[in-house]
Amino acid sequence: MITGIELIKACSAIGAGLAMIAGIGPGIGQGYAAGKGAEGVGRQPEAQGDITRTMLLGAAVAETTGIYGLIVAMILLFANPFI
Amino acid sequence: MSGPKIYAEILGFPITETMVNTWLVMGAILIFAILATKNLKKVPGKLQLIAEMMVKGIDGLTENTMGKKNLGFAPYMLTLFMYLGIANLLGVVALRPPTADLTMTFALSLLTFFMTQFFAIKSKGVGGFFKGFIEPIPLLLPINIIGEFANPISLSFRLFGNMLGGVIIMGLIYGGLTNLMYFAAGIPILAHLYFDIFAGLLQSFIFVMLSMVFISMAMD
Repeated sequence: MITGIELIKACSAIGAGLAMIAGIGPGIGQGYAAGKGAEGVGRQPEAQGDITRTMLLGAAVAETTGIYGLIVAMILLFANPFI
Repeated sequence: MSGPKIYAEILGFPITETMVNTWLVMGAILIFAILATKNLKKVPGKLQLIAEMMVKGIDGLTENTMGKKNLGFAPYMLTLFMYLGIANLLGVVALRPPTADLTMTFALSLLTFFMTQFFAIKSKGVGGFFKGFIEPIPLLLPINIIGEFANPISLSFRLFGNMLGGVIIMGLIYGGLTNLMYFAAGIPILAHLYFDIFAGLLQSFIFVMLSMVFISMAMD
């Protein structure tokens, strides 16, 4: 017989896994940024430093939503508000 | 997985692992700064050369990002970068990085937030500062206010999430290694290389760069 608290725990674990689907977004975004960066370096090799810096900045900003998903998963696993 | 350990309590005020490791990092930076600048010479020694390279690098970066008139921000940015860099690298020597604690990163991003607001008011005046919220149209006022408060949150969560993720994955790897009797020694090296050294230095660089961008964007 499944008790209420066990159901909450199981659903929280599933929810943590589902929250990490947010990782798809940053993957696409960072890949796009890196691809465009490589394109830019290919076209203008002398501006490599500036391009790399801008690319890293853009990749970091694209990463934010993935980090939010990670934090939701962490909260569900380690600091569950429902238990 | 557990949070930072609490070592002691003084008057109900907990002394956590984060604070103790922060003191370690502060001590390391202090000792480096004293040793590197103790007897400055025209022909630099090794430590002085390192210090000169760091100062020159951050001056160039600040000038590129914020413009020549904002070169006064360079000392703060170098301090921030040294602190975050050493703090993120602590994972290599099996200490918990202080940046894997939200209080730490949020305090740092609040510093950036207040600097942003202060220098925005200083360079645009009070009227110009409040006028910035109703541009381009007054309808966007709530969005602008939310956007202003979202900056420190996203800045702190980015660093915190990266470092905490690294700590958790390293903990899982070390936990799994206890079941493995042979070949266990070499496996964590690659993970340390990525999660502590690469991600740590990259995230501290990004924190500094974003602070620069936010402040210089608020000023013009």
